[in-house]
Order: sequence, then structure tokens, then C-alpha cells
Amino acid sequence: MPKVENVQRVRAITGLRAAAAIVVCIIFLIPILWMLLTAFKPQQDVIKVPPKVLFTPSLQGFVNLFFQRLSLPQSQMAQYEGRSDLNWWDQVALAQGQITIGPSQYTGRLLNSVIIATGSTLAAVALGTLAAYAFSRFRIRGQADLLFFILSTRMLPAVVVTIPIFLMYRRLGLSDTHLGLILLYTVFNLSLSVWLIKGFMDEIPREYEEAALVDGYSRWQAFVKIVLPQAISGIAATTVFCLIFAWNEYAFALMLTSDRARTAPPSIPSQLGTGGVEWSAIAFGSLLFLIPVVIVVFALRNYLLRGITFGAIRQ
Amino acid sequence: MYGAKDIESRTGRARQPAALSDAALKRLFLWPTLGLLIAFNLFPLLYSLYLSFTDYSAISSRAPQWIGLQNYRDILNDGQLWIYFRNTGKYVVLSVAFETLVGFGMALLLRRKFFGSGIITTLILIPMMCSPVVVGLFWKMMYNPGYGIFNYLLGFPAGRGPDWLSSPKLALWAVVIVDVWMWAPYVMLLCLAGLSAIPDYLYEAAEIDRAGPLYTFWRITLPQVAPLLLIAVLFRTIEAFKTFDLVMGLTGGGPGDTTELVAVDLYRLAFLGQFNTGKSSALAYIVLVIITGVSNIYVRYLNKLKEG
Repeated sequence: MPKVENVQRVRAITGLRAAAAIVVCIIFLIPILWMLLTAFKPQQDVIKVPPKVLFTPSLQGFVNLFFQRLSLPQSQMAQYEGRSDLNWWDQVALAQGQITIGPSQYTGRLLNSVIIATGSTLAAVALGTLAAYAFSRFRIRGQADLLFFILSTRMLPAVVVTIPIFLMYRRLGLSDTHLGLILLYTVFNLSLSVWLIKGFMDEIPREYEEAALVDGYSRWQAFVKIVLPQAISGIAATTVFCLIFAWNEYAFALMLTSDRARTAPPSIPSQLGTGGVEWSAIAFGSLLFLIPVVIVVFALRNYLLRGITFGAIRQ
Repeated sequence: MYGAKDIESRTGRARQPAALSDAALKRLFLWPTLGLLIAFNLFPLLYSLYLSFTDYSAISSRAPQWIGLQNYRDILNDGQLWIYFRNTGKYVVLSVAFETLVGFGMALLLRRKFFGSGIITTLILIPMMCSPVVVGLFWKMMYNPGYGIFNYLLGFPAGRGPDWLSSPKLALWAVVIVDVWMWAPYVMLLCLAGLSAIPDYLYEAAEIDRAGPLYTFWRITLPQVAPLLLIAVLFRTIEAFKTFDLVMGLTGGGPGDTTELVAVDLYRLAFLGQFNTGKSSALAYIVLVIITGVSNIYVRYLNKLKEG
């Protein structure tokens, strides 16, 4: 009979564990849920004391983030309210006593983020794939030291590297340019892409290529036709990791750009300045930043461990 | 019967006279990466080593003047900087300690599968991938003593809770809490990997020997997870030491200098006010030596794990 008792005990413990895990998960998600709620709150509800959980959703956050606005004096309000050619965003702005006068700076910054993240990720993955193949398949003198050097670039605080880069860019005319940031993010992501993709390639048996070489393939053909297709899911995962880094990066962008090439992360805080803290706009901006991250976490959940340990630990 | 032509096409040599040799291909594959790293890492590092011995300021038109070890002497004698190092040390120890405890605890909860455990694990991992500056800003709102939800959830009556970010005693803790929220999932993920690799027969043997749960934990679970736990602790130590974005979003170093970490001060020294390029390069080098020491251990250890 002790067996039955044991099963019941195990079940009870699993139940308790599950309950505790659910509670922990909810606690962890509260900030994110709160961000989601705040993004759709009208300004007067955002600063309610005590905090408001139920409210009428509004797109003020969206409008305030993406449009430049002007406050209207009372006298002109009536005149504008009567107009029939107002878009929905004009109406949202009008409800706060403002009119929209064009896209905000943030729109351009978001576009910069997309350009720079995409460009640097493509470059880092392409170069990283080649280097990873060389590290995986050829004997290289001082391989361990080289790999350490490659990874060490990622371990340094951004500010340490940025001081000389700032001077170098100023000399080369790369300050505040897309190319400047793309190059820098490429170098930064190369460490991750080389290490990760090398891990994936190490897992592909050499016999496949050797058979191909015997069959008359050149090394390049064997690389393109045998190794690349086998490594493609690993390369895809690496791409997404690089994309997230470039998407989230703040320090380099803050120090090396001012206007033309400035990306979104350093400009979300500047939303704090204009006319009181527009929390719903900040929350909306944060939310836009979060959506790709959530998709990535789900899509890559089986690769996350590899990604965060530079490919050293796989499961 | 094979003709001479067949043999040629089999070896492939004759058909592709221009095919690259392995050595050439190796160089072609490796050098773009190495070249970029040299241009954007090695050269800048050497350049800033030189600058650290000068009195250069990026906004002055004067050429750098060699002043020897003066910058390093100034930094080591600067009481203010020692305070920032102490802040950073305190911050690193607190956040890494709590991340380890919370992360390991969560891993123990989630190690055995139950209905929905997969999705819970994935959801908990979201904070880790967020942009730290966005996270910092967002928590700033949650910490607000009036309309913030943090005090409200802790059970303080509206407007009566502590003002986390402007209290010199609490501000560093406020940053630590956010750091733990972001990075405990990282420790959890590594611990889960370690836990799932423990062979069942160890626990079965312990059960046969009638070992208690505490004994099993200390003698089996902990030692088996230790290698991965150590990786997590090392990595978090390096990252916490570098913390910049989070503080910029959350407190900007304040109130006073209670959350001014070394990386934040380095930024201020290098890019704000006087643009003290020479002195900030010297400080950067001090930070660099510390970080390289720790990351060297980290990478050697990663490589060992990989091979073992």
C-alpha cells in the first residue's frame, strides 16, 4: 500500500509546484501587462492615484508617439471641432486640445532602427557564417586565443570601446551616419554569430562534405550545397539573436548619433521632456519594441539557451 | 570501363581549374571578420591606451599632450570614483545574489514537467530579451509613489508608500529589483538545463539509501547544477558590472550619486561636460582590465564545458 500513498504525495507536490510556478509567472508578467494597459490609457487615467486598472481604451499613446502636435487655444477649438476633414488621429489629438502637424521625430528614428538592425544583422550573419566554417573545419593557428579575442569584444562595456570609436568616426566622417552604426553593430554581433554558428556547424558530420569532395565537389561547392543547408536553422536562429541585439542597443546609439542616424531606444526617453511625461506614448513605444521580442522568445524557445551561452550549452 | 575523361570529372580537378585551395578559402573566409575586428576593436583599444596617457579632450582643438601616469594617479586618488566603484560592487553583489536565488528557485519549481510548464517557462523568459533602457523607463513609472503600481501591489495605501527612486537608501535597491526581474530568468534557464541533465539513477540511489530531501539537495542536486550555475553567475557578474542602459532609463545615477555606477560615470566623464577624453580612457582601461580578468575565466570555463 505505501506505493499508492507515494503516488498521491508526488501528485500533491506537483500540484503545489505548478501553483507556485503560476504565481511566479504572473508576478513576472505584471510589468509587461501594465505596459500593455498603459499604452492604451488616456493621459488623465495614467496618472490616477490609486492606479486605475479599468479604463476606456484610447489611442492617445499611439498618436502622441507618432505625431507632432500643437496645443490649441480655447478660441480655436470650436472652429476645428466643426471641420469634417479630420482623420481619426486628428480627433484623438483634438480630444486633448491639440492638433497634429505632421509625423513626429520618433517615426524617423524607428525607421533608422529598422535599417540599422537589418543591415548590421545581415552583414554579421554572412561574415560570421564564413568565419564559423573556417573555425569549424580548418586548423587555425592560435584558434582558442582568436575565439577568445572575438568573444571578448562583446564582454567590454560599450563606453570603453566608444571613446576611441567616437574620435575615429569623427575623423572618417562616420559620426551620426547609418553606415557607422551598421559597421559597429556588425562587429559587435560578429562575436555572437561566429560562436553560435560554429557550434551548429560542429554538429554537422564532416563525412558529408568529405563524401562530396570525393565526388568531385570543390570545397566551396561542398560548403554551399552540403553544409549551408544543414546549418540553416541554426543560422536563422543566430540571425534573430543578432536582430534583437541591434534592435535593443542603446549605449552606442546614444553616444555616436545625434539626429540623422539616431535609433529608437535613445529617443524613447526624450519623450519624457515634452510637456509633462507622456507615459502612454512611452508605453506605446515600449510596446512596439516588445512585440518583436515576444515573438522571438516564442519562436526561438528551443534555441534560447544556446543563444545566451554563445553556443556552448546545447540541449 | 572508365575513360580518362570520367576519371577527370570524378576528381573534379580538371573541370574546375580555378577552384580555391583549402588554404586560400580559409583566408578568404576568415579575414573579413578578423579585419573588421582589428579595425573596430584592436585599433580603438590601442588608440585609447595611448589617449589614457594624455590630457586630450575631444572638444578642444589642442593636440594631445603626453602626461604619463597622471590620469591613473588622479583616478586612484579620486575619492568620488571610489564611491562609484563601491556602488557598483554593492550593486553587482546584490543583484547577482538575488538573481541566483530567485532563478534557481524558479528552476526547481519548473524542473518537472506539468501541464502548461512549457509555456510558463517561455513567458518568464520575456524580460531577459527586452531593451534595458525601455525596461528602466517603464519601471520608473511603476515606481512612482503616486500613480505607480509597484507600491500599490506591495499593499501601501495610495500615495503613502516610499518614493523608491528619490530615496538615497532605496534607489540602488530599486535598480537591483529591476535587474533581478530581467535576469533571474537567465539564471533559471541555465539551471533548468543543469537540472534536466542530472541522471535519474542518482536520485533512485539516494532513495534506496533513505536520504532525506535536504541531503539529496546538497549532495546531488547542487553539485550537479554547479557548473552551469557558475556560468550564470560569471556572466551575470560581467554584465552587472557593465550596467549602463538600465540606470540611464531608471535613475540617471541619482538621487545624488547613490546609483552612479562606474559605467555611467565613465559615460559622463567621456561624453558630457568637459569631454575628459584622456582621463576617461584611463578609467576605461581600469574597467577593461577588471572585465577581461573575469571574462577570461568565463570563456575558459565555457570552452571546458563545451568539450566535457
